[in-house]
Amino acid sequence: MKKIQVFDPALCCSTGVCGVDADQALINFSADVEWAKQQGAQVERFNLAQQPMAFAENEIVKAFLDFSGQEGLPLILLDGDIVLAGRYPTRAELACWADFSLTDTESQPAKSCCSGRNCC
Amino acid sequence: MTFLKHPPRFLFFTGKGGVGKTSIACAAAVQLATAGTRVLLVSTDPASNVGQVFGVSIGNHITEITAVDRLSALEIDPQAAAQEYRDRIVNPVRGLLPDKVLESIEEQLSGACTTEIAAFDEFTSLLTDRALHAGYDHIIFDTAPTGHTIRLLQLPGAWSSFIEEGKGDASCLGPLAGLVKQRAQYKAAVEALADSKRTRLVLVSRAQEATLREVARTYNELAAIGISQQYLVINGLLPHSETLQDSLGKAIFTREQTALSAMQGILKTLPCDRVTLKPFNLVGIDALKQLFSENTPFLKGEANQPISIQAPGLSSLVDQIAADSHGLIMFMGKGGVGKTTLAAAFALELAHRGLPTHLTTTDPAAHLAGTLTGTVENLIVSRIDPEIETERYRHQVLDTKGAHLDTEGLALLEEDLRSPCTEEIAVFQAFSRIIREADKKFIVIDTAPTGHTLLLLDATGAYHREVSRQSGDTGLHEVTPMMRLQNTKQTKVIIVTLAETTPVLEAVNLQTDLRRAGIEPWAWIINNSVAAAGPRSPLLKQRAHNEINEIDTIARNHASRYALVPLLEEEPVGKKILLKLFKGLKD
Repeated sequence: MKKIQVFDPALCCSTGVCGVDADQALINFSADVEWAKQQGAQVERFNLAQQPMAFAENEIVKAFLDFSGQEGLPLILLDGDIVLAGRYPTRAELACWADFSLTDTESQPAKSCCSGRNCC
Repeated sequence: MTFLKHPPRFLFFTGKGGVGKTSIACAAAVQLATAGTRVLLVSTDPASNVGQVFGVSIGNHITEITAVDRLSALEIDPQAAAQEYRDRIVNPVRGLLPDKVLESIEEQLSGACTTEIAAFDEFTSLLTDRALHAGYDHIIFDTAPTGHTIRLLQLPGAWSSFIEEGKGDASCLGPLAGLVKQRAQYKAAVEALADSKRTRLVLVSRAQEATLREVARTYNELAAIGISQQYLVINGLLPHSETLQDSLGKAIFTREQTALSAMQGILKTLPCDRVTLKPFNLVGIDALKQLFSENTPFLKGEANQPISIQAPGLSSLVDQIAADSHGLIMFMGKGGVGKTTLAAAFALELAHRGLPTHLTTTDPAAHLAGTLTGTVENLIVSRIDPEIETERYRHQVLDTKGAHLDTEGLALLEEDLRSPCTEEIAVFQAFSRIIREADKKFIVIDTAPTGHTLLLLDATGAYHREVSRQSGDTGLHEVTPMMRLQNTKQTKVIIVTLAETTPVLEAVNLQTDLRRAGIEPWAWIINNSVAAAGPRSPLLKQRAHNEINEIDTIARNHASRYALVPLLEEEPVGKKILLKLFKGLKD
């Protein structure tokens, strides 16, 4: 089983409500992570504001932060290698990395088509 | 005092800054200790002067007050607790991660919620430590956690995702990740708070309409989470004897009595004590022992000395503003300091001078905006109802983002939406529609977002998106509200405060917060000054003397320019009276 690690930007509320317009992509992704875990995937998330040490201790993440700053987050590692940066993965991408296939109903994205920074 | 009859183990005093919570808590502690019980007094007031009151240095550990048998005290500095808390998270990665990243983390942990939760963290053990309880019959706190904090701590959803896993979604509880205690301990603390056998909550207020309205809100919020045993103390009432030779005293007396008879029905049902205004500073055991007594003791000689005060009035400020011919004027300060009144007065004066002006207010009573509409040429008045705006925002978020959450997730999202920041955001978003007009005329607003909020909004760019979405104006894209507020040519932020210790301290904190966001307040206004009103009543004269030091501190240390506004005899409503504020000080 491959390990998926998600490095989130610093957010006092990841729902974003106490500060900014709530980010639908973030809310969707949280649901997707729950789903993936139920399917047996190994997913870990780290919040920059709460666990900065996890960022500092990982050479790849640290180098990424030095280069792109926190604007480049989120960063997703698969068994330690960068597989995605700058947006959250879709449910299909999660399934692909975790090596399990989606049924038709599951392949639907969790919610709307809008994944934050990419559209809308 | 009713609130001191058969007291339970824990007594909490709550109320907004400047109502006298600390004095009342100190006096209650002295009374209970004198009566033979062992008392621990805990102050989490950032302006805590408990040490000064008892003439000993206290600080962050339990200290015996030698002058009063059986009394000990402890001071918790919530700002220091919050800083400690940020350090615990940030220091280990200092030098390892880029500075900009560290700054961003620190900003996330610099909100009011972090400070409050850090303070709660500090006194949790006081509520649950059995060994400590064996040593004291009563523990008295001069502040209380808000309903929002308590509700968050009660939510299972909050704990499962943040504390136990330490990862996943964040909420207002995000800052709790750095907490050191166990969930069971917080649960026990919250239970102790809601147990009327163990805890009594005392709401402290002044006899002022706005303050009483806020108190009613606090009451409802805390009652809803099971804190049913609440008492009310009305502090600082002007005695009738002071109305005899002084028209100002008479006006204040009448206003206070009117506010009391108009207070919400629910407050009228609470056990209530009234504490009269005292002619002395509440420093020293003797003074504290007299706080709850009805008889006015002898006045200090000071009250009979003439008050000499030389301070600029409002007209100098409005002259400088008028010279610009357009711009954004924002009044900032805690509730009840008179932001709305001053905003209305400035708008009126500018319009009076023939300058097109748009006044927009959050005045909850709506009567102020109502009395001005259509009365003056060049003046437009609009009103934003914070409750409606917040509700709209809540619905918008819940409908779109909450639709697919499970019960626990939804409960958490709903609680996040009850945070004080949510209201600030919602109101400011409503204002942002109007701010754009400031290039052509004067926009006067009676509120402003904190620096913390602006920094968060700016960091994510969400504000930017929000503004361009609302405006539909492509030219606006380069200007974020923070940039606009930082530009002193476009925006003047005016801090409003009162010449009293705690309100001044709160105003200094506001200024520090704004400066962190690169916003330099343009001026300070010291409102409702008794000293500037030339009182004759001995009690009011004493109060006027106390104001002088505060005014002096502001003028010398805090404000680049300032104005002093006298307390008026009439309610500052309506055109004629508002314009009076610009006529200099009384002799």
